[in-house]
Amino acid sequence: MKERKGLIIGSVIMIAIFVLMFIKGEPSKSIMVWIAAILTLSIYSFLYKDNVFYKFAEHLFVGVSVGYSVSVVWQNAFIRRVFDPLFITRTYIVNDKFSLYLFLGIVIPTLLGLLMLSIFTKKQAWLIRIPIAFVVGSYAGMGIAPSFQANIFEQTRSTLYVTLSISASIMIVGVISTLVYFFFSKEHKGLLGKTANLGIWFIMIAFGASFGYTVMARISLLIGRMQFLLHDWLGVIK
Amino acid sequence: MRFWEKVMKLDRRWIFLLIGLAVLIPFLKPLKLPLTITKPAKDVFDAVENIPPEGPPLLIATDYAPSTAPELDPMLYALLRQCFTSKRRVILLALYPQGAGMAQAGLDFILPEFPEAKSGVDYVFLGYQPGIQAIVMYIGEDVRLAFPTDAYGIPLDSLPMMKNIRNYDDIALIIDLAGSSIPITWVTYAVARYGELMAVGVTAVSAAQYYPYLDSGQFVGMLGGLKGAAEYEKLIKQKGYTKAREIATIGMDAQSIAHLVILFLIIIGNIAFFASKSHKKKGGPIGS
Repeated sequence: MKERKGLIIGSVIMIAIFVLMFIKGEPSKSIMVWIAAILTLSIYSFLYKDNVFYKFAEHLFVGVSVGYSVSVVWQNAFIRRVFDPLFITRTYIVNDKFSLYLFLGIVIPTLLGLLMLSIFTKKQAWLIRIPIAFVVGSYAGMGIAPSFQANIFEQTRSTLYVTLSISASIMIVGVISTLVYFFFSKEHKGLLGKTANLGIWFIMIAFGASFGYTVMARISLLIGRMQFLLHDWLGVIK
Repeated sequence: MRFWEKVMKLDRRWIFLLIGLAVLIPFLKPLKLPLTITKPAKDVFDAVENIPPEGPPLLIATDYAPSTAPELDPMLYALLRQCFTSKRRVILLALYPQGAGMAQAGLDFILPEFPEAKSGVDYVFLGYQPGIQAIVMYIGEDVRLAFPTDAYGIPLDSLPMMKNIRNYDDIALIIDLAGSSIPITWVTYAVARYGELMAVGVTAVSAAQYYPYLDSGQFVGMLGGLKGAAEYEKLIKQKGYTKAREIATIGMDAQSIAHLVILFLIIIGNIAFFASKSHKKKGGPIGS
């Protein structure tokens, strides 16, 4: 109970700071900025407790995000790639002659795309295998060789061809010990066990670096919102 | 012992409040902490500087959404300012649906500072096209296969800037600003297959994932998170390209203080954990 009181006092202090800044600053006159500010505060109200303002802002965000993405894909994929070439610009008519090759070049991918929707029917759901097979086959064909080049060969080359330096030595030890940790065909005992243990240390350091960057990213998002509230909305910082 | 027990049971909302204040106060009372420029950020800057003015364009891919805008928007603004001031040409495109909106918003924010910059002459905004791998590969053959028109529906052949630009051979550098794994697609196809030069601006969450590509030379440089953006703002300011408000740099004080608070909380949390653990081992009653 005592702690709850403290939290309420803390939250009231935070709100009071914003009210004070509102009075002292130059609040925005744009209705859009006000809507964005109210939605931002609604989202942050969750930090105290789940509430109706948070739920409203969350649902609105999800709806707007999906709606925006669908409309962008519809406009750029269906309208620009299918509807316009078929019915408006008629790109399959070249020099007043009908080109079956160009026509099928629009129609076949469109039909394959439509087959993706067969998943929503029980009887015809199997038809989705056709476009999925096409996508998996074509993307695997296109991707395997350059993926090996970018993710394995180049990485191996840069690990093997290093200059003699402390950081390069650490990297080599790290790579070998981490690989040993993931070698499960022999029990991790003796030298193998010690090397695997060293690998764990390198993995933990990598996780630590990742965590540090993640903290920075999350704080950056808070900083972004705080800048918006203090600069764009309240006008208390320049 | 009671103190450490209390720390272990502390309501997490106190931590939220503490972090909130740690971010808020440096905005109201700036500390102006020093900011050092790291090599990956300098390398991105140098790679852009090496592009001759009015020469082959820089391709900026805005593959991010509003959820990562605080980190990546400042990078886009800084790059656009650098290019427009130094008369370097820019192609903007998005492989992420919401990225097109981010690029347009970036242009709307920066263009009032450069009234002489004209669409189709100094920059071209291609908009968004679905099919990430296919689009990256199409650009390797002919950019018109992927984007027959720009984002405003104008055919590329009628844009003066695009007349001599067909594929990666005519593009000086790619910079992918991404809040996702799309840079992997760029590096797999544009770099590995077509040998294009590439740099990235990524969110801090994903920065650690991209260091191997930086170390192997597949990326010529990298901007990681808000700090990377702040470094780039400093670089273009040092060069005299802009006097505009530095969005990322302003946030770095808050970033540093919030990190110190988190470090402090981690240390306190660990001490509390081990202290209460050893107390339990000794058989002492909880809270004594």
